[in-house]
Amino acid sequence: MEWEVVIGLEIHAQLATKSKIFSGASTAYGAEANTQACAVDLGLPGVLPVFNEEALRMAVKFGLAIDAEIGLKSVFDRKNYFYPDSPKGYQTTQLHHPIVGMGHIDIELDDGETRRINVTRAHLEEDAGKSVHEGFSGMSGIDLNRAGTPLIEIVSEPELRTAKEAAAYFKKMHSIVTYLGVCDGDLSQGSMRCDCNVSLRPKGQKEFGTRTEIKNVNSFRNVERAINTEIERQMDVLEDGGVILQETRLYDADKNETRAMRSKEVENDYRYFPCPDLLPVIIDQEYVDAIKETLPELPDAKKARFENDHGLSATDAAVLAANRDLADFFETAAKIAGDYKLAANWVQGDVSAALNRLEVGINELSITAEQLGRILQLIKDNTLNNGGAKEVFNALVEGKGNDVDSLVDSLGLKQVSDTGAIEEIVAKVLADNPKLVEGYLATPEEKRGKAMGPFIGLTRKAAKGVNPQVVMEVLKKKLEEL
Amino acid sequence: MHNKTIAEISRDLAAGEYSSTEITTDLLARVKDLDKGLNSFITVTEEQALAQAKAADERRAAGNATAWTGVPMAHKDIFCTKGVLTTCGSKMLGNFEAPYDATVVENFSNAGAVSLGKTNMDEFAMGSSNETSYFGPVKNPWDKDRVPGGSSGGSAAAVAARLVPGATATDTGGSIRQPAALCGITGLKPTYGRVSRWGMIAFASSLDQAGTMTRTVEDSAMMMNVMASFDKKDSTCVERDVPDYTSTLNDSIEGMTIGLPTEYFRDDISAEMQQQVRNAIAEYEKMGAKVKEISLPNTHLSVPTYYVVAPAECSANLSRMDGVRFGYRCEDPKDIEDLYCRSRGEGFGNEVKRRIMVGAYALSAGFYDAYYKKAQQVRRLIKNDFVEAFKDVDVIMSPTSPTPAFKFGEKTDDPVAMYLEDIFTIATNLAGLPGMSVPCGQVNNLPVGLQLIGNYFDEARILNAGHKFQQATDWHLKAPQGIE
Repeated sequence: MEWEVVIGLEIHAQLATKSKIFSGASTAYGAEANTQACAVDLGLPGVLPVFNEEALRMAVKFGLAIDAEIGLKSVFDRKNYFYPDSPKGYQTTQLHHPIVGMGHIDIELDDGETRRINVTRAHLEEDAGKSVHEGFSGMSGIDLNRAGTPLIEIVSEPELRTAKEAAAYFKKMHSIVTYLGVCDGDLSQGSMRCDCNVSLRPKGQKEFGTRTEIKNVNSFRNVERAINTEIERQMDVLEDGGVILQETRLYDADKNETRAMRSKEVENDYRYFPCPDLLPVIIDQEYVDAIKETLPELPDAKKARFENDHGLSATDAAVLAANRDLADFFETAAKIAGDYKLAANWVQGDVSAALNRLEVGINELSITAEQLGRILQLIKDNTLNNGGAKEVFNALVEGKGNDVDSLVDSLGLKQVSDTGAIEEIVAKVLADNPKLVEGYLATPEEKRGKAMGPFIGLTRKAAKGVNPQVVMEVLKKKLEEL
Repeated sequence: MHNKTIAEISRDLAAGEYSSTEITTDLLARVKDLDKGLNSFITVTEEQALAQAKAADERRAAGNATAWTGVPMAHKDIFCTKGVLTTCGSKMLGNFEAPYDATVVENFSNAGAVSLGKTNMDEFAMGSSNETSYFGPVKNPWDKDRVPGGSSGGSAAAVAARLVPGATATDTGGSIRQPAALCGITGLKPTYGRVSRWGMIAFASSLDQAGTMTRTVEDSAMMMNVMASFDKKDSTCVERDVPDYTSTLNDSIEGMTIGLPTEYFRDDISAEMQQQVRNAIAEYEKMGAKVKEISLPNTHLSVPTYYVVAPAECSANLSRMDGVRFGYRCEDPKDIEDLYCRSRGEGFGNEVKRRIMVGAYALSAGFYDAYYKKAQQVRRLIKNDFVEAFKDVDVIMSPTSPTPAFKFGEKTDDPVAMYLEDIFTIATNLAGLPGMSVPCGQVNNLPVGLQLIGNYFDEARILNAGHKFQQATDWHLKAPQGIE
């Protein structure tokens, strides 16, 4: 039978606020267990939540970025369940009145096509703590540092049809939230996590099949792999005449398989009700408009501008616009150089290679965009040749020196283009190597081009930074004169 | 010395009649002597009280004293106190020491008050007789075979027995006014949002409000001057100036309109009870007040509405008592499920469990609309009744409770009969209005309370009306036998 895959994603993005959503404790990652959990985060008797307005501002900003309806009145609800990492016995979230309503984003597919994916909603909620199972011999530890970190849960419509699309959607969301600065986007620290809802239905059927939910997938690659594995599993079950159980599954990346976590035979009853400790959040259009003013240029707009105004290819523009820091780095260098294409080549070539080699982000690289821009400028005005430019670049990446021009001088990389000076050098090379000259003259006319090679090498060795173009011309002339 | 009111102690301390250390020592001795028979305190903080008294005396000697410097009082054991047990009347929190002070506690200690300790209460403030306290019931000083009312029974009995001149309390459905009435003292529940709930262990967050237990209305005004404050830590606290509640106590009440809701003067309230309240109204008429019959047509819905809303909220509020991070934990839990079930099963008493289950039921899928949602709709109707009524009247008056103090065990097997104890007080919580009970007579030597309900943030007016009544009558001066 031919099957249609239906995928919907729920992405949890931690908001980059300094303090928690309902308390003044810090949200910084990596502190010693339970040192960033105050009385409110511990859920002690008598404490009360106070909503962090910064989280509201960030959620609204996100909503505007995906062209969504903004909830002028949003309401916090309590979602009741017992779990050791949920200190109050309920999670404060938004059920019926989320801060962000229906919106959409565009994703690009491999064939260059663009698809619009609708976003059902995004609501504010608090993160849970973490259970720690190692090192407690037969018991579990609880770290509540993360408890109360503000999250937006972004829920897509079930409109994704392939694992690739799902990964592209996750990637695009990552790009948007990091562009906005509302989430640091650090997947390895769990700043963004993705729950994947997957179901299959016979092609043409209207009703959805039974879905499973793969919890907490935390990389773009794993989203694609986990969904593909789950699609295969479901297809096998269905083709064998079996039924899919509605359940929560966990993706094991090492084995590339999904496993049932807990079956939802008995649907959890969370007994939602409006949180009586928090007032409804009421904002007005003026507030929303003021935030709209602060929106940066978003990836789609930036990509279009790179393509249309600066002549970059669609692929180059997409890669460079996907990450805001990279895009800013690129554009700063490109502007200084006055050449977007040259800058694009360098950023995607040497810069990317350096990032991969050092396993760092663009802002941790020792070379600045201004320094790269200057290097490119020197290439353009023939002060540096390509080899020299790479040498300066690498020196800066390795943290040797910080002024491009003085590095060019100290490394002796200044390209010599003065014909008179080069003539002198070439004359000396020819005089010093009579055997080579003899050999050259014995070479038949049609093979002499190749036979010039050694002279070029010797000339460049004798004077670093000579302009190869000029060397060729001078050599040709001098050899012909012999 | 123990018969002195807060106002008198404040004046005496200022005049140097005695020191804070002297009166604190005197009252502590009295607690030691009398409270064995009353059980109104769960924790007595003798050492801390004497240290606070000494500090107050030093402050006074240095010329920095204010009205509250060195005045003794007590806190209901629902308010978190740093370094002192806060049990909420429950085995669950029998070992709980909060790492912080409630805002109310902080306000009093900043004002220089001396706290003698923490008063007994129904477990998690759930009860109208103080019989649900894990630490045993409080006895009514007027008749030790009778309940003091609840949930703030400890605060009410301690004040009635002259162990302290005043105590903090909380009121979710009548927990200040009903015990005040049953113990013959003055109890004020302010407007919802007037006093910070930070550090006050939540029963039903949308109804809970801290208030005062004193013998006189004047003392209540003095307590309110300290308690009422805007607190950023409580999002439901209202930012609004706090007036000097003592400054308007003596204003004339001539021309004030008193509303008498027909629904609150029911046939099943004994004729003697009704007579005491009618006498009080007559007293007001003598002072120039006008009386108007009014109707609060949704009154009959207030008890059922309350018993959906309050349990629903408490079912979530009490989830944090799970045996994981603080409080009672069962022995040798097999796994997390067992730890939850037995810690909560063993740590909570029956009334608390009953309400958690009622609340969980009312919120559960398929029942939410019929119970919780409906209750919220009815709550709005009840509130609207009052909003309408206050267009025509300044104060609403009624009996505080349907009966005077009843005997221990009389209603423990009949939860509904117990719930009906709060039939006249519950609606004000649902509406968020301020309410007060002042002693206005006796039936069979047991005190009867007059309830005064004011408009939103109109505490000053009901304090004014209550004070004028106490200037004209002496019911508030009557002490239980053997106490004077």
